[in-house]
Amino acid sequence: MKADRIAEPWGDRTPYRRHGDWPSRVDAHLAEGVEPGAVQKWVAAASLLHSGGDAMDIAVVDGRMAGVRGRAADRVSRGRLGPKDLFGWQANASPDRLTRPLVRRDGHLVETDWDTAMELVTARTRELLAERGPGSVGFYTSGQLFLEEYYTLAVLARAGIGTNHLDGNTRLCTATAAEALKESFGCDGQPGSFDDLDHADVIALFGHNMAETQTVQWTRVLDRLAGGDPPRLLCVDPRPTQVARHATVHLAPRVGTNVALMDALLHETIRHDRVDHDFVEAHTVGFEELSERVASCTPEWAADICDVPAARISEAAELVGTADALLSTVLQGFYQAHQATAAAVQVNNLHLIRGMLGRPGAGVLQMNGQPSAENTRECGADGDLPGFRNWQNDAHVADLARVWNVEPSTIPHFAPPTHAMQMFRYAEQGSIGMLWISGTNPAVSLPELARIRALLAQERLFTVVQDLFLTETARLADVVLPAATWGEKTGTITNADRTVHLCDKAVEPPGEARPDLDIFLDFARRMDFRDKDGGPLIGWREPEEAFEAWKRCSAGRPCDYTGMTYDRLRGAGGIQWPCTEANPRGTERLYTDGITWAHPDDCESYGKDLETGAAVDPVEYRSLNPDGKAVLKAAAYVEPHEMPDERYPFQLSTGRTLYHFHTRTKTGRVAQLDEAAPEVWVEACAADAARLGLGEGDLVRVATPRGALEARLRVTDIRPGLLFVPFHYGYWDTKEGDGPDRGGPGRAANETTITDWDPASKQPLFKTAAAALTLVAHADGRYAPAPTTTASAPSAPGSVPATAGGRQAYATQDSGPGGTS
Amino acid sequence: MKDGIAHTLRALHHGERRLARDLVAVSERHAGEHEVHHVATDLAAWSREHAGRLAEFAAADGLRLDDDRPEPLAGEAPEGLLLLYDLRALHLAATENSLHWEMLAQAAQATRDERLLELASACHPQTLRQMRWTDTLIKQLSPQVLASL
Ligand code: SF4
Repeated sequence: MKADRIAEPWGDRTPYRRHGDWPSRVDAHLAEGVEPGAVQKWVAAASLLHSGGDAMDIAVVDGRMAGVRGRAADRVSRGRLGPKDLFGWQANASPDRLTRPLVRRDGHLVETDWDTAMELVTARTRELLAERGPGSVGFYTSGQLFLEEYYTLAVLARAGIGTNHLDGNTRLCTATAAEALKESFGCDGQPGSFDDLDHADVIALFGHNMAETQTVQWTRVLDRLAGGDPPRLLCVDPRPTQVARHATVHLAPRVGTNVALMDALLHETIRHDRVDHDFVEAHTVGFEELSERVASCTPEWAADICDVPAARISEAAELVGTADALLSTVLQGFYQAHQATAAAVQVNNLHLIRGMLGRPGAGVLQMNGQPSAENTRECGADGDLPGFRNWQNDAHVADLARVWNVEPSTIPHFAPPTHAMQMFRYAEQGSIGMLWISGTNPAVSLPELARIRALLAQERLFTVVQDLFLTETARLADVVLPAATWGEKTGTITNADRTVHLCDKAVEPPGEARPDLDIFLDFARRMDFRDKDGGPLIGWREPEEAFEAWKRCSAGRPCDYTGMTYDRLRGAGGIQWPCTEANPRGTERLYTDGITWAHPDDCESYGKDLETGAAVDPVEYRSLNPDGKAVLKAAAYVEPHEMPDERYPFQLSTGRTLYHFHTRTKTGRVAQLDEAAPEVWVEACAADAARLGLGEGDLVRVATPRGALEARLRVTDIRPGLLFVPFHYGYWDTKEGDGPDRGGPGRAANETTITDWDPASKQPLFKTAAAALTLVAHADGRYAPAPTTTASAPSAPGSVPATAGGRQAYATQDSGPGGTS
Repeated sequence: MKDGIAHTLRALHHGERRLARDLVAVSERHAGEHEVHHVATDLAAWSREHAGRLAEFAAADGLRLDDDRPEPLAGEAPEGLLLLYDLRALHLAATENSLHWEMLAQAAQATRDERLLELASACHPQTLRQMRWTDTLIKQLSPQVLASL
């Protein structure tokens, strides 16, 4: 059966009952004119444009990609693909891919050969190391490379260069997930599994627009809603998302008030004694302090702060309090706010006091957004040490030094690994002299873009950018290295529920573009990094060898990969870590039998003060949690730093849409996806629009104290007083290329956002700014270029043309035998 | 030697010598307080030794600390170091407050002043958190600032 998968992002229903098996449905899309019989080979991979890890095969015809299809047997998606997977692959063949290295000469980027470019990079590195030491070199990477690449980068940065400055754009995305897990369980590692969606009777989505961020798992929820014994949903989101539309209880709190809401839910849970006291007793510390903290946090108290009726909060509390198997998922609505970690930790607390952990349907998913964000975390490319080792624990550092055969002092561990926002600050004040940016586009994705552009453009800062396209960031670089991407190289990616997939190389990269792994290895070879016996520090050349090296580093750690091989991944499909020889099929859920990694000797972190970010010292942790239980960490609500006032009367939140990924470097080059959401827009509610005399399609200006942008207005059912702008749109496809026209209006949401972050996770705030909204020009019959299928649906149904993809967006859906429940 | 480190060495050298002097002064002023008198005298010796070792260390790198140059003012610190100095000042101020809270709490216990005890126990933990915050930031920032200037 065919469907327009732009108009119907989630495709057809294959209903199933609670505890049943999710039926398979194989989705496929082949290039116009390619018949399935004409495909010469299918090469296994998994999705790159979100964190779902949906398994798929890439169709190859005459050495070129010709389409994709889902893999029915895979545990994650059972054959389904979302719109970005179905169409996104076409970006690989864009005519404007970078095919040769570029270097800056007399202010202009000019083509050169690899040798010249790499010599320039190594020469600058050596100079800086000699003059100013390892602290003058920083690496900013991605959540979209492969595990093998992050691990190699982590070894070369931490033990080769010896710098503390290595982080990923995962800082903007998944840093709070990691931090919240560390705070509660002593260690990173996703507790739950996507399979919990089959078993839960209540699914609570906290700031997680699953319908747009993990479309395939949302398909699973829709299939359960259509089947027997459907789950009830709680949605906490200020926007009218698809999740909200399907929820039993929808709370749309004032942005920046999540902690108050969570404290009220905890208050109600404790007041009604919906507490699993045996679990609390056996597996947690801190219950008393938590009870005290939330004792005064009644629904009425929270109602005032959150601007949500107290009765709704009670209903929500009843929902999560009476579930027999509660699954919670958390994402950016919580993570990109000022009390990010504090709020996410309260979700963990809810599960801990209710004993909702480690069994089918009862689990927490602290989500991430990017395909390999999990790998950035576990490989130590994100501001942690590899294998979830604790930088404050000398035994952990010594163990890592043993794996790398270096002296422990080689690995900087005198202070926490530097987080991205701090790295950019060091670059701004000049103490970092070289920044190597791989697979990410900070000139569009970081807050306060005017500052970021100025910082990157500094003469004294040497920037290396490794990417597929001449992004806004690449335009400001001194050296640009053309990278190969998914489908053109081999490596593994691990999704948000710890499922590892192998992505095999299907086609050759264009021109001279090279896999990121090869680029890092080339650099390491030229720098001649050595271990303590004079052998090469990095002894591998191929992805599979890098994977084997990583396995040695992961051995005995929570993210143990030692039971996996490339061959096993090719045969079995996705496998969830930890996976050892003794446990070759992997591990569905963590904490099925108590808390495993919180012991003072084992834990990845001793925790932080959630309000100040101050480190808890080891002695204190040991006395607080000598037996390594889960820590119930209480938090008090604190008002956001920037609140609306007369000049800036609105709150402003930025976020995503279903059809795009990040800064659109790929999705903006794909006709189906681009046409579904071709331009930036602003959302406001009907009452606010009417009050200001604004309507659908009006050109408006959104301004904050940092900057402004212009966009067309979409009137939706968003929470009153709140504006929303998607953050995907930058300048690469505008005349200027790297920023707004001189003095002209901006297009990127981050022109307006604030440089401020959660004190514990260091994740920047994108959800709470104060903003003004003014008219630039009336619509004149035009509409906002926003999709109607998603949270940006118009408030008056049918008032704007429905989003559709037409013929070019047809994809097949095959539910086949066994496709019914 | 990096300017930032040189500057900090000089500041610490002055600090150790001053602390040695102050310990001796306190010891003399409170000669009748036997514990204070004796221990302070012993501790002064530590600081004198520290100052000596600092001078020796610096001399090996060509920096003279015992040249009687006046103590560098925080305002004269190389750019970047200023932030560290401000954090240092905050930490010291918080420490002072913490000690005052402690005195009040002790007094409250002795006089059974419930109200005062409640006040001190409510506020003192936050003072300690302020100290931990400044300490954490100093730990994080100083490697970068001192090693790069
Ligand atoms: S869009 Fe947001 S959640 Fe998704 S990968 Fe990027 S930063 Fe992460």
